[in-house]
Formats: sequence, structure tokens, C-alpha cells
Amino acid sequence: MTTKSARGKGESFLSGLLRHQIVIPIAALLLLAIFNLIVDPSFFRITFGYNSAGNPVLKGYPITIIDYGTELAILAIGMTLVTAASGGQDISVGAAIAIAGSVILRILCGTGESTDGLQAPIIVAVLVACVVAMIFGAFNGALVAFFKIQPMVATLILFTAGRSIAAWINHNELPVTSDAGFKAFGNFLPGIPIPAPCFFAVGCFIVTWALLKFTNLGLYVQSVGINEKTSRLNGLNPEFIKLVTYVLLGLCVAVSGFIKVARLGTINYSVIAKDIEMDAILAVALGGNALGGGKFNMPASILGAYVIQFLTTTLYKFDVQSDALSAYKAIVVIVLVVLSAPTVREKLSTLVKKLRNTNQTVPSA
Amino acid sequence: MANHAAKSRTALGGRLRSMTDTNLLMSITIIVFVLMYLFAMIVLQKGFLKPQTLFNILNANAALIILSCGMTLVMITGGIDISVGGVTALVSMSCAVYLDYHGGSVFGSLLLALGIGLAFGLIQGYLVAFLEIQPFIVTLAGMFFARGMTTIVNTKQFNVTHEGFLRLKDARIIIPFLGSYNKRGDYIDAYIEIGVVVALLIVAILFFVLKWTKTGRNFYAVGGNKQSALMLGINVKRTVFLSHLLCGILAGIGGFVYFMHVGSGSPSHAAGAEMNAIASSIIGGTMLTGGVGNIIGTLFGVMSLALIQNIVSSIGLDQAWWTGITIAAMLCLFLVIQSVIIARRKRANLSAAAGSKE
Repeated sequence: MTTKSARGKGESFLSGLLRHQIVIPIAALLLLAIFNLIVDPSFFRITFGYNSAGNPVLKGYPITIIDYGTELAILAIGMTLVTAASGGQDISVGAAIAIAGSVILRILCGTGESTDGLQAPIIVAVLVACVVAMIFGAFNGALVAFFKIQPMVATLILFTAGRSIAAWINHNELPVTSDAGFKAFGNFLPGIPIPAPCFFAVGCFIVTWALLKFTNLGLYVQSVGINEKTSRLNGLNPEFIKLVTYVLLGLCVAVSGFIKVARLGTINYSVIAKDIEMDAILAVALGGNALGGGKFNMPASILGAYVIQFLTTTLYKFDVQSDALSAYKAIVVIVLVVLSAPTVREKLSTLVKKLRNTNQTVPSA
Repeated sequence: MANHAAKSRTALGGRLRSMTDTNLLMSITIIVFVLMYLFAMIVLQKGFLKPQTLFNILNANAALIILSCGMTLVMITGGIDISVGGVTALVSMSCAVYLDYHGGSVFGSLLLALGIGLAFGLIQGYLVAFLEIQPFIVTLAGMFFARGMTTIVNTKQFNVTHEGFLRLKDARIIIPFLGSYNKRGDYIDAYIEIGVVVALLIVAILFFVLKWTKTGRNFYAVGGNKQSALMLGINVKRTVFLSHLLCGILAGIGGFVYFMHVGSGSPSHAAGAEMNAIASSIIGGTMLTGGVGNIIGTLFGVMSLALIQNIVSSIGLDQAWWTGITIAAMLCLFLVIQSVIIARRKRANLSAAAGSKE
């Protein structure tokens, strides 16, 4: 009796686990962690030290992953909402980050030659960048929602123009700021050993959590993604909701852009946030979210972003050239995607069932 | 008299309405292209009066035409392939390394190009059609893989010095009677490169296939509505597979044509080619939702994109950012036109249906 119930529980647990969305990124994360543990156990060592400015800092690969995964994780939040509501992806986020970063530096450094002091308070620059990024988000959203253009195509416009606009904002000059207060936001805040971007990430997660918990945004977004017509009949305004998701993505873009420029204190229009749109979309896909819209799982997406960063850091550790990185990434992605494909998973689960059945019949006989 | 005009107007309206989406969108593109060219000829004059300018646009964009043709095929079936730019870079780099470092022959490099394209087409097609993974993700990984492999094959840009290949690269097809006189009064022949012939041949073949063969019509049926296509007895999976396979092979051919044009291998080759190909297809009247598209439109889409770049740089806006901004503005314009036209037609069809019911 007890064995039977235990078996039943085990089965339901396993199949329930397989059905859970968040299992995919967690499995990928574990796989990567185990791989690293076997190859080099020191991968997970975290050391405490002081950087050149005399601030206490934590060092180590895990810290790097969490630190540099910030932008991707924040983008993944917005991308998940956009994907769920409009059934498509925004491929212009990298270009939009370039614009946001360019705006911030333009305001901070002014129009003249690079000076040591800042021309404006940081908060003003960030707010203006937020507004600009949200306007571009609204532009994308309007094309998608009101003109009914497929999201990938609509955002292709900003994708092509974005980096050009970013260069144009600063007249193709490369403003540099060496202001320690500004750069602290991208590196370490004085006296705190945890990288500053992590706090932005946590802040964004809390805001997102609150937004999904205390408002109906999540529900509305999902219902619009699942069936636009039905949502309209139920009194929702699908166009408006789609627009809102794109504007929110714009906000995420502005925050990511701020962190990106704060890291270096300068900007390179053609290189900044290169290919990040692809990583962000992969994060959403890795989180097991349907790229065709509908239901979404925010924690899974965020975890997916860190999985990608984990993978990137692991590859860097093996001295893979940054340009060749993408080939390995592609292989991992294909393996993950193939394994999570419904048809493959069905076959696998029947295989597992068959194996378990043979195991069960042997002892009873 | 007024009555007659009104009648002719309704006749025109009727013809517009009876036009398929594909033809309507394609006609807009062709008209815009011709108008832009006329504008350039009248206002800018300079080089635009010489036929060679047109041929140069063709020479420089032969590879893009081939890539866009493949893209159009995939888009008609409702998919997308963003790996074509990466495949182009991989093909040109592999061929360059094969020719220069491994003493390969030109024919061998052509086979290599086709092989790479075929491999990408086969794998991507299988994953998309039979494992039912979203084409965007599959080809995204394909693009990553191709770009990464390009740097693994060789990290630096280098020019090919293989003699046989250089002969092929410099081969020119002279077009009689369209040459021009330079400042000293010497006659200069107008020419096109071999790649242009290949590209136009592919356009012609695909136009024929899409218009008059069963396979071609299947593409439209599958893109229009997978469920209906399945019920009509069309093998949907095989059709989707075939579209990706063809796109892969065309990317291989396009890569070789690109290689013939530039004569070098570099990891940064054909950067953003996939987006240009998508943009060209859209401007040419292909819709990403599938079921609507036309190869001739795609040809003019590529030409329009190239032409506007030429016009912008000859107006004097030659800073790098203007190119990006104008292309985006043009894309935006076309997309909005498409969207408005489709919406209006839908409404017209609805009211027509309601009218016939009454």
C-alpha cells in the first residue's frame, strides 16, 4: 500500500515536474553548474578583495555571472511581456539601448569636449533616457498594435535605424566621462562589496513582481496573447495593452542602457549591446515561454537570462574568442530547444514510461 | 461625360479590388522604384543617366537578390530564416580558406558553398518542419552558429589570390550599345558580373515555380492557412521543409556570388544581410504572416533599397547614419502602406460580402 502510493506520488511528481515550465532553465542551470564543477571546481570560488579605488569587492565567476547578467535579465522581463501580449519579439532592444546610452552621455557630458565634471545630475539623464526609450517603445508598440504589423518586422525599422540615431544624437563623437559617481552605478558602490547592477536587477524584479501581483497586467497580457478577439469581447482593449507592454520594454531598455554606459563611462555605437536582442529572445525561449504569445512565466524568463550569461561566462573561461562564442552558444541552444520541443518531449516521456514499466514488471515477476 | 469618368473610376476600383494582395503590393513597389529612378535621373542627373549605374546596383546586390529570393520562399510559407547572412559569411570565408590555404579548385569551392547551404537547409528544415520548433529560434541559432564558425575557420580578413578564381571574379559580361563616354570621349562598355546572371536566372526560375507548378502553389496554400492546406491533402511538413531547404541552398549560392563579388573572406562580411533580405522581401510585397509574396516584387524590393542608398549618398548625406535612417524610414513607409491597404481591403470585402447577402 505504502509503496504503491509512493510510486504514484513519484510518478506524478516526475510528470508534474516535466510539465512545469521553470524546470527547463533550472535543468540547464544545473547542467552547466555540474559541468563546471567537474571541469574546474574552483569555478565557484568567491574571493574578497579591494579594487583600485579601495572599495571592498567580491570576485569570482558566480559574481561575474550575476553582475553581467543584469542587463539581460532586465530586458528579459520586458521581452517576456511583449512576447506574451503580441506573439512576437522586439528585435530592436540592442539598438534602443544604444539610443538610451547615447542620450544619457549626451546629457551628462554636454555638447562640448569631454569634461571631468558632469553637466547635469545623473537622475535627470536617466529620466530623460527613460522617456526617450519609452517613446521609441511606443513607436514600436503603435506599429504593432494599431497598424497590425508583425512585431519582428515592425521593430526591424528601429533595428536598422537605432544605432544610426544613437550616433546622430552625439554627432558621431564618443563622449567619455570619468566621473566616479556615475561609473559606480555600473561597477561597485563605495563600501558595498556586491556589484551595483545587482541592486538594479533586484529592484526591477521587485517592481515586476509587485506589478504582476497587485495589478491585472499579467492576466490582461496573457488573455490578449491567447485570444485577441475574446479579450475584446470581454471588455479589454488589446491595442492599448500591447502598447503598454512595448512601453514597459522601453523602460527596461533605458535601465539596461544606463547600466551598460555606467560600466564603461563611454559608448561605442556599433558594439554596445550587440546581439543582446538575440540573447533576450533566447532567455524568453529558454524560460519555456511560447514565442507565439499567451501564457508566460516571468521567473523562468529571468532564470533563462542568467542561464545564458552562465553559458557565456563558462565559454569565456575556456578561452573561447568572443566572436566564436556564438557558435558554441548556438549548439547549446539547439540542444535545449530540441529537448524542449513538444514532439521530442512526448517521445521522451513515452520512452521513460516504457522503461519504468519494464522495471516494474521485473521485480513483481 | 462625368458619368463616364465615374464609371471608369469604379472600373479602376474594381480592378484594384480584384487584384490579389501580392500583385497590388508588388505594383506599388515597382511604381515607387520607377518614380524614384525618374526622380534621380531628372533631379540628380550625374551618374543616374548612365545605364551603368543601374548595372552597378545589380552587380553590388546580386547576392542580396538571391538571399532575398530564399527569404521570400520561406516567408511565403509563413516562416522566417535569419541565418542567411551568417551562411553567406561562412561560405565566403570557407571558400577563401579552401582556395588559398588548401589549394582548392574553383569548382571545388562552388561545391563547398552548395554543401554548406545544403547542410544548413537540411538541418534547419528538419528542426522547423518535423520537430515543430519555431523557425525564428532555429534560424537564430543557425545564424549564431554560422557567424561563430566563420571566426573559427579564420579570424582575419584576407583577399583571395587564387588565379582561377580571380579570372572568374573579374569576368565581365559586356552589354552592347549601353556603354557611355567618359570625359575624354573614350567609349566604356557597360557590363554586368556573372553573379547578376545567376541572380536573374534564379528569379526567373522561382517566378515560374511559384506561379505555375504544384509545389509553388503549395507554398502559398501552406502559408495562407496550414489547417486548410492539410485538409486539401497537401503535405504541410514536407512543404515547410522544402522551403527551408531551398532557402539554405540559395543562401549557399548567394554566398558564393557574394564571394565572387568581393573576392575575400571576412567574419564581418554580409553583416545585417538577413535584415536587408527581410526588408527587401517586405518592401517587395511579401507578408510575414505567410501566403502572400512575389519573387518579382522581391527583386524590385532589393533594387529599391539599393537605389535609395545610392540617392542618399549622392545627395551628399554620406554620413554613415543617414543610410540606416533612410532605409528604416522607407521600410516604415512601406509597412504602413501595406497595413493600411490590407485593412481597407478587408473592410471593403466585408461590406461587399454584407452587400451580396442583402
